[in-house]
Amino acid sequence: MENLDKIQSDILSKIKNVSDKNSYETIKTEIFGKKGIITELFKKIGSLNQDQRKEYASKLNFLKEKVTEILEKKIENFNQSEINKKLKHEKIDVTLPGRTFFQGKIHPVSQVIDEVTSIFSEIGFSVEEGPDIENEYYNFSALNTPENHPARDMHDTFYLEHSKDLLLRTHTSPVQIRTMLKGKPPFKIIAPGRTYRHDSDQTHSPMFHQLEGLHIDKNINMGHLKGCLYYFVKKFFEVEKVKIRFRPSHFPFTEPSAEVDIGYKIQDGKIKIGEGDKWLEILGCGMVHPNVLKNAKVNPKQYQGYAFGVGIDRLAMLKYGINDLRSFFESDIRWLEFYGFDPLDVPTNYRGLSR
Amino acid sequence: MITSLSWLKNHLDTKANLNQVAERLTEIGLEVENIKSSNSNLDNFIVCKIVKAQKHPNADKLKLCDVNIGSGTLVKVVCGAQNARDGLFAVYAPPGATIPKTNMKLKIAKIRGIESHGMLCSGYELDESSDKEGIIELNKKEKNIGDKYFKSIGEKIIDISITPNRPDCLGVRGIARDLASSGLGKLKKQPPIRISQKFKSPIKVSIKKEKGQGCAIFGSVYIRNVQNKESPDWLKKRIISLGLKPISAIVDATNYVMFDLNRPLHAYDADKIDQEIIVRNSKKGESFEALDNKKYALENNMCAITDKSGVLGLGGIIGGTRSGTELSTKNILLESAYFFPSPIRKTSKILNIDTDAKYRFERGIDPHSIKLGLELGMCMILDICGGEASKYSIIGKIKEERKIIDLESEKFSKVIGSSITSAEIKKILTSLGCSLKISGKKIKVLPPTWRPDIKEDIDLIEELTRIKGYDQVPLINPEKENIKDPLNYKQKIFHFAQRSVASKGYTEAVTWSFTDSKMDNLFSELKNEIKLSNPISSDLDVLRSSLYSNLIIGAKKNIHRNFEDLMLFEIGPVFKGSKPGEQSTMIGAIKTGKYSRKNWLEKERNFDVFDIKNDAIRTLNEIGIDSSKIVVSNKPKKWYHPGRSGLLSLGSSSGPELAYFGEIHPLIIKKADLRTDNVLGFEIFLDNIPESRKKIREAKPKFEVSDYQKVVRDFAFVIDEKYSSGEIINLVKKIDKDLIKNVKIFDVYHGENIDLGKKSIAFNVTLEPKDKTLSEKDIDQISKKIISTVQDTTGANLRS
Repeated sequence: MENLDKIQSDILSKIKNVSDKNSYETIKTEIFGKKGIITELFKKIGSLNQDQRKEYASKLNFLKEKVTEILEKKIENFNQSEINKKLKHEKIDVTLPGRTFFQGKIHPVSQVIDEVTSIFSEIGFSVEEGPDIENEYYNFSALNTPENHPARDMHDTFYLEHSKDLLLRTHTSPVQIRTMLKGKPPFKIIAPGRTYRHDSDQTHSPMFHQLEGLHIDKNINMGHLKGCLYYFVKKFFEVEKVKIRFRPSHFPFTEPSAEVDIGYKIQDGKIKIGEGDKWLEILGCGMVHPNVLKNAKVNPKQYQGYAFGVGIDRLAMLKYGINDLRSFFESDIRWLEFYGFDPLDVPTNYRGLSR
Repeated sequence: MITSLSWLKNHLDTKANLNQVAERLTEIGLEVENIKSSNSNLDNFIVCKIVKAQKHPNADKLKLCDVNIGSGTLVKVVCGAQNARDGLFAVYAPPGATIPKTNMKLKIAKIRGIESHGMLCSGYELDESSDKEGIIELNKKEKNIGDKYFKSIGEKIIDISITPNRPDCLGVRGIARDLASSGLGKLKKQPPIRISQKFKSPIKVSIKKEKGQGCAIFGSVYIRNVQNKESPDWLKKRIISLGLKPISAIVDATNYVMFDLNRPLHAYDADKIDQEIIVRNSKKGESFEALDNKKYALENNMCAITDKSGVLGLGGIIGGTRSGTELSTKNILLESAYFFPSPIRKTSKILNIDTDAKYRFERGIDPHSIKLGLELGMCMILDICGGEASKYSIIGKIKEERKIIDLESEKFSKVIGSSITSAEIKKILTSLGCSLKISGKKIKVLPPTWRPDIKEDIDLIEELTRIKGYDQVPLINPEKENIKDPLNYKQKIFHFAQRSVASKGYTEAVTWSFTDSKMDNLFSELKNEIKLSNPISSDLDVLRSSLYSNLIIGAKKNIHRNFEDLMLFEIGPVFKGSKPGEQSTMIGAIKTGKYSRKNWLEKERNFDVFDIKNDAIRTLNEIGIDSSKIVVSNKPKKWYHPGRSGLLSLGSSSGPELAYFGEIHPLIIKKADLRTDNVLGFEIFLDNIPESRKKIREAKPKFEVSDYQKVVRDFAFVIDEKYSSGEIINLVKKIDKDLIKNVKIFDVYHGENIDLGKKSIAFNVTLEPKDKTLSEKDIDQISKKIISTVQDTTGANLRS
């Protein structure tokens, strides 16, 4: 029988001398190759008799495991030091700028439309739209504003050439009429959109955005209007307490009519909504005039309700501290990037309207 | 409407102070716009000193003056007066001031190339003398510089915004009545008038009976032997507080009555009236010079006050100079009439005249105030100017248009949400001037003659709510139940697409729906542009038919500011016709400049067609259109580079158009002065995105993956240039739709070793077997089929 102890110490001393990957491979073949030392030893098992065989085999297996373990450790060391050596030369300056990336933005008007839509969708409103070009009937007459009525002076209207009838809608209220004419009550809608008035200065732009609201059902009264708008203002400005004032006013298409003011104050040069002793007008509203319902083929003896109109740009200015209305529409990339919103910042009820 | 606390107290017995009054006014719907210390326009005019007057460099007759306007401020004013000279004290009107004589509002203006900040005034311009030559020369001292030229009235004035339904509140008494009704004091009775009027007016008045007669009632009183003069101080102050300039006692008195009672009056110099007054329709060709010193040419059927010689004035709008009163006037005819609102409005619109009288008549004057107006006006004139008054002459009458309104208190609670008692109703409506008859729950109401706005029960409910106070309306919390989905399919697509494009790096712009026709025509296929009849400016004259026009204009502004690598988009309407609804919703996006400008890491390159194509396709993917359904073809619109643009359509190249993309035509870039040669864009037609009937989860097939190895094989052909990559991909895909999962072009090469007119194109084909592992033989077979199909169809040669 071979002297396995001797063989083991021979092998171990050989391995000890291995200093690189090449000599490692050589020694590995020398030991475990087809004619390797240990391979040869295994071949001998068959020639031993029964009583020797068991002990030999177990010793030999022990030897194999030991050698394998040592070899693995060795190669791991080699790999380790090889990689370490490589890593030493692979240092780069990670503070250098990365690849070009363009950050897109959503316009504040769009963001506020989404915010407002989110709020009203929570209390049962759905979104309707109407055309930007309107005719006199939908924009005025159907809304209880007859021709030659001074109330038309409140709107400086853009007319299309060669027509006395076609105009750019001066408010989103024509959507009320269109919605009611094409459906049956109840109605509970909002309609955001572009509106146009022939006016241009610091606080007026020839185009601006409004949001119309309309809720018609059998028993919708002015208390519901008040409740709805309180809810809206509180949610929109994301404040716990809010000071709101309903003030009588006049619109031909609602009666009674009201304008809604919110309280504010200026603190450290910034506007603070919901408290303070100054008032700011933010929307007009009222109970839909029976004549409007009649014009929209809704029976005013059975149905009643409220309507309101909010200036979206104005809301955006107040909430996000923007001063000049006209800058909204000037496509100045510096302004758009400053006031714009991340496209992933979708206003929702559960995640919060704004970050 | 302007008033003051002391004026209100003429009609209202109250202990309330200014702030309480102002607060209450707003609470009852008479919104106080502001409380000013006195009339701001006349306060604008200040004493100044010309420090230096030099010749205007570009005009011989003009002078350029350095003017000291107080507190050390020097302004430059261009002046045409000969007497403007160094050291002269004069009257200065800053930009923003309105010149009393002409009603012209001053602006900073360039006069012969030099900006003039305001104006030095002549006596004529301030309505103080008829001297048009030269500016006023003041005898003042240095310390007076900066002082107000006109005396201040001392009392604060309340500026109220009166809604068009409330003509009655265009008079102080109307405002006082509302305050009294709301509980802030008691409305005073008008003092009785006792004047002896013995003789008959010598001037005959007639209203011609004709179609469209704009005058219903003409009341007048003749006052003889008056001595017109400057108004007493109290009256002057009132007139100044209104923002008017006192003229003479007679004119001031008529103005006073107009603002006090909402009752316009007009005073004629009776001696200048040719025989009699005839109120009749005007005839085209007639003209007259009005009190604003302008000559008006009349059309047919305007309500004219005439005498035997012609037109004296326009009824209810403006009087004429021919019969105007002067300080020397001895005998006057005082008019108090009723003109119908609608013709007044029509006439003043045609002639473009806006006066305080017109403003009131078009809103509706109390037709029962004729005599009251004559009384008060006459008393004031007699008081100040002396003289004797004739008997009243009131001709014509007006049909009673008021109707008795049935009001039920339940209707109030149904509309407002809270209840009201009959007693409250009676108290409020009576105090507003209504007459009531109450029998049980039924109330019959006759509104007062000064409230043309009250016609039906809802008008009364508004009055009741307003006077009770809107804070009494209950607050009912909203219900959270939806009748319908908040957004329909198209609206959802809109919101998706908007954020999808932004997430590709584009910044959203919102631009005007109108644009410059010159620019829009470059991007339009419309036969007729949609023009505005009254554009805000000549470069915003049409409704846009493309989103590109404003985006390009916006890009230009940014590029000229050196922001040259831009990505902008807009989502919104474009217009196809001038009828309501002839519009569609689009996305327009542009990219200019370079990707990776001066970057250490990547090679700098222009944005190119494949960037923009990617953006368009990825956006379409994200709004739910599968790439496999998008067909790319080269079918350019005129505003794209003909060789570097394409169409994305649905299903086939003739399917619904989803989007265009490409380089903007080089000629357009040049015309628009963009200072870059690289502008790309895409347009998505959101209205053409079909509504899928199924939700994505429903439309998805069963999840199936092949257990068998996929195989990728490369091919390269030399092929005629005319074949597009898209055609080759489609050709190969069609060979075995089940097996061929993907065809990807990875190289296109022109040049050396390739004949002119040909290109080398290399692609790999991914085979994904479903039922077995592909053998070499199977792969060989399909490869051969691919080669032969491509060769047979296109005449291409396999590259070895």
